[in-house]
This record gives sequence, structure tokens and C-alpha cells, in this order.
Amino acid sequence: MGDVLVYTEPTGNTESLLALARPLAQAAGGEVIALRAGAGAGESDGLAGADVVLEVSHPSLSSYLPEAHQAALTAAIKARQPDLVLLENTTAGYDLAAACAELADLPFVGYCQQVSLEGGQAQTASGIYGGQLVANARTQLPAVCAINSTALHDHAPAAGRGEHAELTPPDELEHLRTKFVEEIAPPEEAGVDLAKAERIVCVGRGIGGAENIPVAQDLAEALDAALAASRPVIDSGWLPKVHQVGKSGAHVKPKLYLTLGVSGAPEHIEGMQGAELIVAINTDPGAAIFNIAHYGAVADLFDVADEMTQLVGG
Amino acid sequence: MNIAVALRLMPNPGDELEVDPDGTDIDRDLVEMMVNDWDDQALEEAVLVKEATGATVTAVGLRGDGVEQALRTAFARGADRIVLVDAGELNPYDSRTAASAFAQAFRQLTPDLILTGVQTPTDLFGQTAPLVAAELGWPQANVVVGVEVVDGSTHVKQEYAGGKLAVLALELPAVVGVQSASSPPRYVSMARLRQATSEASMETLSVDVSSSPRSEIVSIARPEKAAHAKMLEGDAAEVASQIAAVLREQGALVG
Repeated sequence: MGDVLVYTEPTGNTESLLALARPLAQAAGGEVIALRAGAGAGESDGLAGADVVLEVSHPSLSSYLPEAHQAALTAAIKARQPDLVLLENTTAGYDLAAACAELADLPFVGYCQQVSLEGGQAQTASGIYGGQLVANARTQLPAVCAINSTALHDHAPAAGRGEHAELTPPDELEHLRTKFVEEIAPPEEAGVDLAKAERIVCVGRGIGGAENIPVAQDLAEALDAALAASRPVIDSGWLPKVHQVGKSGAHVKPKLYLTLGVSGAPEHIEGMQGAELIVAINTDPGAAIFNIAHYGAVADLFDVADEMTQLVGG
Repeated sequence: MNIAVALRLMPNPGDELEVDPDGTDIDRDLVEMMVNDWDDQALEEAVLVKEATGATVTAVGLRGDGVEQALRTAFARGADRIVLVDAGELNPYDSRTAASAFAQAFRQLTPDLILTGVQTPTDLFGQTAPLVAAELGWPQANVVVGVEVVDGSTHVKQEYAGGKLAVLALELPAVVGVQSASSPPRYVSMARLRQATSEASMETLSVDVSSSPRSEIVSIARPEKAAHAKMLEGDAAEVASQIAAVLREQGALVG
């Protein structure tokens, strides 16, 4: 009791998640347990912040299969009875967090930006409506929380006890209904490498349609910048996927990141918060992008883009 | 092959959100509800699979403001059946109970494959796909960007951080949470919508869900701003010239 169980992923912000778990375990009077599900004899990198590294090893856990990892995490929850289970809001987080909460009959809170424990309850702040609003919730422990990746940057790793423990692989792993087929390469487009761009002009839903993309393209050319887009633009087919910045697109750290009609959903911010200079144009004064931008203007993006293109391109 | 699509609603992304006087919900009188963006992608993917395989697509929504229109639009977009599920009054934030209502409806509709969006913007208490899958005991994959049906199983393209992709094969029945469809949602003309509205026959079914939430929303508020952009004022030309000056000052311009 009182333990905080952390689901870890080889590519996740594990150190930061374990650091976030430390004060919570202290508040609950327990330890930080890091679950590592894999094919065995894996690396312990990034797990120094755990008091216990709980290992579940099985051949089916070698590549990521939601069904297999769901069974492993659920088994760990049942075996260890932690007060709190933490996952990062990655793809695995989207697969596993709510499902394991349901299977272990625990409450779940997602999109957490802050978590604290008090009097047998978790107090959480979650970004909802694409980060426009924050929902402060109170949840009975034990509980499962999924933490937004944007909240996992400024936590310093704290050393834990580093004990190793084994968890018997659950029976479900012997008859999975999910198989790994293959990895596939993400789409590429000649000349587009957002990660290397020093300047980026990024369009959001506010651009309104594919027919308006040239307005942003002209400004990008005038600034010698790459053209990027947020998810709604890509999903609507207004620009190809290779232009996407955010959780599922490129992660960028340019000198300049100029946004046109981008609202600033957490998934987008995750991909660009390291930019040196962020300038945002949006018609909505409440847009979340203004909370992360250095400079902003509530204005019509087309008018501003045209004026800027003339100004810097001339 | 029967595919069911779970549709939930969200406020029109263009609408400005205000917190209601209670401080625990948005002011719903001020927003227009429409199909959740990601569920819209799921619907498109279902129709693409239908076109490739001849599957039947059933769009399913929970009773609430705007859902009947959403279901008729789904019919116009290619759904063969539309089903309105009456689960009583649902708390708009209680996605656990909503998922339970969907799961019960699917037990009655017995689809081979359930598609829904990867998330809705309000579901801080759990996404639909994993909750429905857990309740039904079916395999699932979320954050999917392409669905195919191959020899009685479904092959899904799952997306990871930085746009990495893997193909997974899930035995049917299965639940898939769609991030984006293989091609953008198709446009439906007003004429087609009107025609669909007259042709569509809405089926209804009732489910009985009980809710005993162990989480409650204490308050909803605008984010506390750790920092805020320095706002540039004036007309477009003035804003543009101030931005240009900032870029020059900070060495962000070429040359």
C-alpha cells in the first residue's frame, strides 16, 4: 500500500515520470515501483529513480503489442496493489491507461498536468478541450493517472533503492489475439526536414482550407522558413503528413516558430515547445498558443501574413 | 463483416468556450455540438473499409443534443445503419459510463470490428476505445492511422511518438481507436445531406447503465498562465511590422 507504480517505455520520458512519482510515493507512505515489460534481460537505463524495478519478461513483450502490455500492467497492478498507477500519455498510454483501470476496477484520470495526493485522494489538473480549459478533479485512491508529455520536462531524476523484482508473466500472454506484423517507415518528402529547419511557419485549423495554404507558403518562402502544420490541417488533407509538427509528427527546436491559426493543443505544444522564439497569430484571444508564445497578436492571419510577406520578402 | 462506429460529440472547435456559473462545466448554451473530430476520422476509415470489402457500417451515438444530426450525416457519408442509444441522462464528462453504454449497445449489435476516435477533448476519465475493449474483453489498438481487413483479422497501422509506425494484426472481434483515416473525411453536399435526412431510418435501442463515479470535477477554469505572450496591438500592417522588428532584433531573419 502507498506505492506508486510507473509503467515505463524504452522511448518515454521515464526519468521525468519517475521523478514525478517520488513525492507522490512519499505522500502516500510507499515506494516508487517501475514496471518494465520486455522480452527479458533489458537495459535498466533511466530507471535509477525507482525503488523497485519490477520486471515482467516474456517473448510476446519484445515488440509493443497493446494486448500483451495491457495484460502485464494489469497483472502488476493486481500483484502490487499500488495506491497510484502512472503512465505517460503516449500511444501506449492511450492504449493501456484506461483499459487497465477498467480491468483492475480502478478510477482513471487522463491528460494530467499536475497530480498531488492528500487524504486518500488524488487531486489532478487536466487539460481538456485541446488545452483551452483545465479540469481540476478529485479521485479516490487507488487510481490510474495518465500524464501529459508536456508536463514531463522539468522534473529532475531522484535516486531510488534500485531493488530488482520479477513478476510472473500472466497466462494471457500465451494466447494473445494480437500479432506484430512489421515496422513501416514514416512518409518522406524530398526537401522537407522540419527537424533541421531553423525557421518554421506553421499553419493550424484557422487556415481554413487547402486553397489558402499558398498564403502561408509565400510567407515561409519570404522568411526562408519551412512550412509546417498542426494535426487538423494534416487530417483534413490540406498538407501531406510530412509537414506535421506535434506528438505524432516532427519534434522541432527552430530559432523561429511562427504560427498562423494554431490553437495550441497539448499534442502540438509537445512538438514545438523548445523553439527559441515563438510568435503566434490567432483570432481567438483565449487560444492556448498565447500561453507558450513569446509574442502574439489577435489578428486575421491572412492580413498579417500578406503584410509580412511584403515586408520581409521585398 | 459488420463494422460499428461509436460517435461522440464535441463543441465546434471554432466556438469560444465559457465556464458555466457552477464552475464545473462549459456553458453549453453557447456552443454548437458536432461529431468529435477523431470519431469523424473513424467513420471515414469505416467507410473506406466498406468500399474495399463490402462490409456493413453501423454508426452508433448516445442520446444527447446534436447526436441525431450527427447520425444522419454519418448516413450521408456512407453508413448503412444509424443507431441511437438511449442510456438516460449522461454526465458529459463521465466517459466511463458512456463507454459502458456503448459496450452494452455493441453486445446487442454484435459487430466484428468497432472503430472510434482516439480521444474526445473532454474525456479526462478515459478514452472510448480502450474502455469499450476492456469491457467487452476484445483486443484493441489505439492511435491508429489505417485499417485493413485481411483474412478474418484486421491489420492496423499504429502510430508512435515522432510519427513512427508499425502494423499489428488483431483477431476479430476487435476495437480500434482511430487517429486519422487513410484519406481525409469526404465532403458531403447539402443536397446529399437533405436527401439522407429523408432516407435515413434511425434505429433506437435502450441500455441500462449505472454510474458510481469515484472521480469528480471540482472546477473547470481557464489555464493559469505561467507565462503569456507579449501581445502586439494594431492593424495587420502594424502587427506585421512589429513582428518583423522582433525577428530582426532576435536575429531570426536570414542574412
